[in-house]
Amino acid sequence: MSVLDVRDVHRVHGRGETAVHALRGVTLTVSSGELVAVMGPSGSGKSTLLNLAGGLDRPTQGEVVVDGTVLARCSRRALAALRRRRIGYVFQDLNLLASLTAAENVALPLELDGVGVRRARRIAESALSEVDLDGIGPRFPDELSGGQQQRVAIARALVGDRRLVLADEPTGALDSHTGEAVLRLLRSKVDSGAAGVLVTHEARHAAWADRVVFLRDGLIVDTAGPVDQPEELLTTPGGGR
Amino acid sequence: MSVKHGLLALLQRGPMYGYQLRAAFEESTGGTWPLNIGQVYTTLSRLERDELVRALPENEAGQRPYQITKAGRADLAAWFATPVSRSDRPRDELAIKLALALTTPGIDVRTVVQNQRAATMRTLQEYTRLKAGIDRAADLAWLLVVDSMLFQAEAEIRWLDHCEASLVRYAPPPVTIVATADESEEVRA
Repeated sequence: MSVLDVRDVHRVHGRGETAVHALRGVTLTVSSGELVAVMGPSGSGKSTLLNLAGGLDRPTQGEVVVDGTVLARCSRRALAALRRRRIGYVFQDLNLLASLTAAENVALPLELDGVGVRRARRIAESALSEVDLDGIGPRFPDELSGGQQQRVAIARALVGDRRLVLADEPTGALDSHTGEAVLRLLRSKVDSGAAGVLVTHEARHAAWADRVVFLRDGLIVDTAGPVDQPEELLTTPGGGR
Repeated sequence: MSVKHGLLALLQRGPMYGYQLRAAFEESTGGTWPLNIGQVYTTLSRLERDELVRALPENEAGQRPYQITKAGRADLAAWFATPVSRSDRPRDELAIKLALALTTPGIDVRTVVQNQRAATMRTLQEYTRLKAGIDRAADLAWLLVVDSMLFQAEAEIRWLDHCEASLVRYAPPPVTIVATADESEEVRA
């Protein structure tokens, strides 16, 4: 079942001669249980696509549908509720609130959504435990390492019943082991039924996805999916060619 | 890498006979380098000739174990101490293919780059899947072999990204087909 439907979406910034065509007719469907990576050079439209998918920006032309809801037809309030309940965001700048503890940061979207404080905290603690951060709930972001902060941000993005998870370079400047742990978490959320979109310029990270789409100049130029006979890769050292 | 040093490294663990060596070799390379038993025995006899291993008496089952010698240990230690030279590796077909694509009329280099990137990406996806299934604590050697393949594939994709960016930046003029003498005459005729 498709959770995200991006239909022939265009996004133009500015007008006239100075207009910048960030996207020029992109169509992308992401189903439940599917992780799609978006790759492409700087300025190819990756982040614009992610912002449109998350309802943080509106297309100039075309339609974005999340979990059956056409975003353009939503009131501002309905869109905010959809973003809070159904969509999880993991961005490179973590946007953790420095004045809130780790648990409060994770509980915030639930509380904004009307979940009682105690219940929200309980859910937050269990979300933190899912990302191997048992016991750090009472600590403030500046008391945590970069990797721990990133995992708090992931816990916040994955808490509750998120149908769509959007990640923009979620591994940031993390070392390769911590970065991989972040991707494993994203992967397992998707495997449990969410749909995921991962924007990255790291091929090794994109490889966690079921499908990789390549954007260039605002257009999808190619798609890579798994090969039919993976064992063939292993018949020669180095494999592939 | 040679099979020779692979076998010496395995014999460093203790004496082994041919079939044991083959199984251990394939296990330590995760099956990425299949070895036939003939190769094992040919290599063993060369190692014996060079006095790097010695044959022990046959066991009751008629299997003859081999043991590493002092010279063999020294040879192995020297091999581990010497960095692998990149110039010893076979020429990179892909680099040559791209270089030729730039100067071959009628070939769109960007398409060649993109096709290769999609193919290498698929390879990378499969390695990643393979890696996700490995018990990291129990099978560290295999994990590192898969990581090596992953990093190589990733490096190739980064290089292809770099090629694409260079193509955009320097935009080489398209190469036109130069008519051969025969074709020129045909045109005049």
